[in-house]
Amino acid sequence: MSVRSTITSQFQQVAVEQERALSPLSDELKLVQSGLDSLSFAIIVARLEDSLGVDPFNAPETVEFPVTFGDFVRLYENFAK
Amino acid sequence: MRNEGASLWECLSAAGIPTGHLSGAHRQLALRDLAAGSSLGGQLETLRGRTVLIAARDQLTAALALIELDGLARRMILCTPDLPPEHLPGIIATAGADACVVDAATPAPATAGMQVVTATAALVPLDGQRHTSVATEWILLTSGTTGIPKLVLHTLQSLTSALAGAPAPPQPLIWSTFYDIRRYGGLQIFLRALHTGSLVISEATEAVGDFLARAGAGGVTHISGTPSHWRKALMSGAAAQISPVYVRLSGEIADQAVLDSLRATYPRATVAHAFASTEAGVAFEVRDGRAGFPQALLVAANGRIEMRVPEDTLQIRSPGGAQRYLGEGVEAIRQPDGFVDTGDRVELREGRYYFAGRRGGVINVGGQKVHPEEVEAVINTHPWVRMSLVKARRNAITGAIVTADVVLAEQAPGTGARPSEPVLTQQLTEQCKAALAPFKVPAMIRFVPSLAVSAAGKLVRPSA
Repeated sequence: MSVRSTITSQFQQVAVEQERALSPLSDELKLVQSGLDSLSFAIIVARLEDSLGVDPFNAPETVEFPVTFGDFVRLYENFAK
Repeated sequence: MRNEGASLWECLSAAGIPTGHLSGAHRQLALRDLAAGSSLGGQLETLRGRTVLIAARDQLTAALALIELDGLARRMILCTPDLPPEHLPGIIATAGADACVVDAATPAPATAGMQVVTATAALVPLDGQRHTSVATEWILLTSGTTGIPKLVLHTLQSLTSALAGAPAPPQPLIWSTFYDIRRYGGLQIFLRALHTGSLVISEATEAVGDFLARAGAGGVTHISGTPSHWRKALMSGAAAQISPVYVRLSGEIADQAVLDSLRATYPRATVAHAFASTEAGVAFEVRDGRAGFPQALLVAANGRIEMRVPEDTLQIRSPGGAQRYLGEGVEAIRQPDGFVDTGDRVELREGRYYFAGRRGGVINVGGQKVHPEEVEAVINTHPWVRMSLVKARRNAITGAIVTADVVLAEQAPGTGARPSEPVLTQQLTEQCKAALAPFKVPAMIRFVPSLAVSAAGKLVRPSA
């Protein structure tokens, strides 16, 4: 599974679990408008660490916090390389 | 600018009529208007000498009540907006509350004989001059090990201890905070704002982007929040709405990533992280942009605040510390020598102390406390669960999330074959969701063959 599809399915799964209405995922979608809350993002980041083996938010180098879904995917794609 | 023994209003008006403002999402109030007006509907004097529950949900309303009642009420109990109503009777009884300030949106607690005052949005003319008759006790609520709030006794003097002796700024500052001002971290900012300028108050129901836009429009220069608040702001796409000169983090461990991101986002700001707790008061502020704090802070005591680290746990002695918990049979806040044990573990590495989590194992999910035992208690009611260990997993978004290790039973009375692990995971999650707040529900459940138990028969808990 690609990084993008792994992330997409985690967003969808966590949205269901947290009973959140997820906006249609596109690269332009602002995370703040995705329908997910901080707790949902926390769970997504932890699960992605398990499935992709990386946690860019906890990396030694400074990361720019992603604003859109596209930023979020690119951040993981860069770290998963 | 603080005068010993003076009330909050007397401090505010000591140098003439105050010029600052308090701004909420829906209204703004000039502090000078309190010289001749009251928000308490002409009933201010009925509250003199009483123990008053500040139960108004609206923050600005509560803020005005605090200013008006300090020096007049015997005690003020600062109710947090998310306080579960079932805790109110216990709080009222423990504090001896005989009066209550509510707003139009807040139901009054149904307690016989309680004087209820409904605060008004518009000020009414003040009957006579404000005058002080008592040193009011400020009671803050903080969640205890059982989830029942503890009542922490402060005075205006202890709450403003960190401000004592600070020179007045050359021009008024405009403060804001992501915190609710009825929590210790927010109350500190509220008091700072009153002493040095104005405050833009956040609104619980307001989207972070809207709040930042309002703070930006209000010209906010100084702003505080927890690292979780700041991560949310950084991810909102609206961080550039404000242009502060001072950014403060407190209430959780500030890691290097969030400090670096704030420095990059706000290049002209001093990014400071502070250590404070409701019980210990404000201990110190670190301005060098690095996580943790220099070891030298321990020895360079400024005479007022002392720190020590016995058994890797930070202890603080400060005039800003609370006096005691209210109630019978409660533990002491201070040790016999006056030090407060913060329960925060620190590790010394190359001349710097780094925070390593809570000794008591309380999990901090975005500033909200989770006691592992209460989650375990819910999990353990499942017929196929033998035991469980709930613990924190470090997380860059909320500081930590809750996870559970579960040991399953081989057999369960009155049931057939054991369900599969995915089915059990779903059942346990549903069970926790039904009984617990969402942030307490384990985000991950792992099935393990056994859990370590100490010689004393207790689950071995991770020390961080």
